[in-house]
Amino acid sequence: MSLQVENLRVYYQTLRGDVRALDGATFTIEDGEIMGLAGESGCGKTTLGHSLIALTPPMRFVEGRVTLDDEELPVWDMERMNDFRFKRISIIPQYAMNAMNPTRKIGKMTSELLESRKVEYKSTLPELKRRLDLVELTHDVLSMYPIELSGGMKQRMVMVLSTLLNPSLLIADEVTSALDVSTQKAVSEMLVGFRDREFVKSLIVITHDISILYQIADSILIMYAGQLAEKGPTDAIIHSPRHPYTKLLISALPKVGVKYAERKLEGIPGNPPQLLDPPVGCRFRDRCPVAFGKCLEEPPFMEVEKDHFVACWKEFERNA
Amino acid sequence: MKRYFGRKVLIYFLTFFLAVTIDWMIPRFMPGNPIQTMLSRAQLHAGAYERIYDYYAGLFGLDLPAWQQYLNFWKALFHGDLGISVLLFPTPVTKVIMNALPYDLFLLVPAILLSWFAGNWFGAFAARSKWLDNTISPLGYILTATPYMWLGIVLAWAFGIVLDIFPISGGYSFALRPHLSWTFIGSLLQHWFLPFASLFLVKFGGWAIGMRNMIIYELEADYAHYLEALGAPKRLVRQYAFRNAILPQLTGLALDLGIIVAGALATEIVFSYPGIGYLLLGAIQNKDYFLIQGCFLFIILGVLLANFIIDIAYVLVDPRTRTGMMGEAS
Amino acid sequence: MTESKKKNEILYFALRNNKLKLGVAVLFVFVVLTLIGPLLTDYAPYDYVGPPYHPPSAEYWFGTTTFGQDVFTQFILGLKATFMVGIIGGGLATLIGVVVGFTAGYRGGVVDEVLNMLTNIVLVIPTLAMLLIIAAYLTVRGVLAESVFIGCTAWPWAARAIRAQTFSLRSRDFVDLARLSGMRSWKIILSQIAPNMMSYLLLVFILQFGGAILTAATLDFIGLGPTNAVSLGLMMNNAVLWGALLLGMWWWFVPPGVAIMAIVGALYVTNVGLDEVFNPKLREM
Repeated sequence: MSLQVENLRVYYQTLRGDVRALDGATFTIEDGEIMGLAGESGCGKTTLGHSLIALTPPMRFVEGRVTLDDEELPVWDMERMNDFRFKRISIIPQYAMNAMNPTRKIGKMTSELLESRKVEYKSTLPELKRRLDLVELTHDVLSMYPIELSGGMKQRMVMVLSTLLNPSLLIADEVTSALDVSTQKAVSEMLVGFRDREFVKSLIVITHDISILYQIADSILIMYAGQLAEKGPTDAIIHSPRHPYTKLLISALPKVGVKYAERKLEGIPGNPPQLLDPPVGCRFRDRCPVAFGKCLEEPPFMEVEKDHFVACWKEFERNA
Repeated sequence: MKRYFGRKVLIYFLTFFLAVTIDWMIPRFMPGNPIQTMLSRAQLHAGAYERIYDYYAGLFGLDLPAWQQYLNFWKALFHGDLGISVLLFPTPVTKVIMNALPYDLFLLVPAILLSWFAGNWFGAFAARSKWLDNTISPLGYILTATPYMWLGIVLAWAFGIVLDIFPISGGYSFALRPHLSWTFIGSLLQHWFLPFASLFLVKFGGWAIGMRNMIIYELEADYAHYLEALGAPKRLVRQYAFRNAILPQLTGLALDLGIIVAGALATEIVFSYPGIGYLLLGAIQNKDYFLIQGCFLFIILGVLLANFIIDIAYVLVDPRTRTGMMGEAS
Repeated sequence: MTESKKKNEILYFALRNNKLKLGVAVLFVFVVLTLIGPLLTDYAPYDYVGPPYHPPSAEYWFGTTTFGQDVFTQFILGLKATFMVGIIGGGLATLIGVVVGFTAGYRGGVVDEVLNMLTNIVLVIPTLAMLLIIAAYLTVRGVLAESVFIGCTAWPWAARAIRAQTFSLRSRDFVDLARLSGMRSWKIILSQIAPNMMSYLLLVFILQFGGAILTAATLDFIGLGPTNAVSLGLMMNNAVLWGALLLGMWWWFVPPGVAIMAIVGALYVTNVGLDEVFNPKLREM
């Protein structure tokens, strides 16, 4: 049992009040599972990813329980979380291309980082070199400055660095967003490679690009307006989604071969609600084509098929 | 790399050339005949006036066409000959400046270095905790907003007159002549302290504020967040932030050291401290053009040299500047 | 974000920023003092109005000088000169800095190189030398002349800063987009780049304002300032010249210095506050 998250709530403190960016997340990730985390900008996926590893102000822990490999993760305690960071849980940040200190040679920075975490650099070096080979970086990068590397090379270096100590859980935050399509493929395959070679046990891949998840994820978790909408095996989500939002999302994806004249590409009309004072009940209610009276009450995130969870009264009705 | 330096050197030479030319033009732009104006202030009896006037007229070739005077100036320059001072006749300008220079160095080098170290140290601390920040920052802003001479005046009045601990004028006691003895050194230090303090305090404020801002900026950088996410101790993050923040501060330090030769004009005036600044004041008030010319030349050289060294040093120290040289589109 | 929404957001944060409020408050006090000051005194600055060496009293709020002149009157009129130098000198320096820095940053290439060299030369030329020559010709000069001089010699710093900012803005995507869509150069500058520079320009101006005041004070102190006006620096010069130090006449030299310190300090603090308002990353929670 790799990761268990129970009713996690993390709000953003602002001058105008708390923004309820993550409002009750409950899900599980098994060992070896690659879970995609998808949704619109502002749905809370990055908040979720970051709260698991570094819950810094202005984020504020409200309630919830996170367990990693049967051990509780004290996500609200920045000090105690240090024991877990890098070794048990790690992250490839969205800003990976700028994540390295520009005035330190990469090798020097790596050794200083490892030593500060009480890991001997010398003994780790052979493994580090092996991993550099895997991502097709020469060993010379260790004696170069970050500015001497291209954007893609920097990102690969950060990927190697973040996974160096074989964490149980790796969070990949929008690692493919700024890349061209062929590099996206290479990077996604690298992520799967990490899991297959057991450098990491499980992954959370945060992205707004569902087509990538279709390629590499075992399961997909869809978020909307700070809450979980649907979670299930990739095939189920893509081919037989249950939540109205997911359905609209999937149908909004362009399909190869289909011409505009034949089928118009529909978006989802409207905007997500602002989370300073979110609407009562289901947050998708205003844009949902099948909303009805019960939707004024907040739907729970419930299993409707094996390993397939939805938060939608309509779907519960269907199941019943 | 070579092209970059080549271009830099060329630009510096051009600038030097232009600045020296302007320096040469100073006495010639003053209304009236510079030598006449100059000599009319010196108390000379009739016979001496004629001879000295001829000497100068010959020396500066005022009977020669302008372009020849200009060339003579450059020639004299390369011989280290900057003319004779009127204020301190008959001492050559070079000697006058050299006499004043040690006092400047003695005053400014400790003031600049100590304020830089102390200011950066305090500034780095201020960036650590909110409480420290709220005490150090306002102090820093007030200090850096204080005019040098005013602080000098206030310190002179408070410690010199009211408390009568320190003297308020001269580089050393007027009763002594410069010689090597403890009495003289003691007197030197006594006269040194107040001018030093007024310079130190104002500069300290500036450095502290600058460093605090730089460190806060670095602590917000992506690499700081990444290290934090990987559980690196605060110590390591601070170390990186400090090292990155200090680079631009180094530029400032080098610049300050470079214009040391300009002296600290206002402060020296307040304390009648015999540095180049004080010399300049006397030269201005007495219209000693050649002394003014000489002082300025010194200052120009110092500033250009300092700037050049900074440019080189910065490229060596900060790897981020190296791409700029490859002619990458900024 | 829509234009009005953005303005409202800025106003919202501006009203909440403590540093900004403090700085503006202090400046406001001094501006009011400058404007109504002349109404508070019946004397002219250099008139001999009372007993000399007199400490502050009910009749002479800031005491009198060695000649029996009213220090308070000098102080009030000195404030006016100080503000004038700040606005005109600082404004001129900012203006030149904008023209030079922006052109260099936007055009790049040879234009940039040439302007860079120009900036370096102005930086290196001893401004005192120029001032000496000017002083020799203009035996009677006023605050305006001094302001113009300061403006013409203080701009290199502003030019450098604006050039760097222009570089960073020029390569942003929205400018490239505008260029691709065929917008004319001047239109790009006005509609895309200028609005983003506005806040930065304001910050530059404030720093130049403070710097001009400090420079003017020093120049006045040396005796290279205006000959027909009162200024705070001149007050300090006179004070030292006429032995205020030895005679312990603190009321003559302390107020002008405190005023400069307060005004320039307030300007710096306002600057920091404004920076926080414009830059969301710096805002405190």
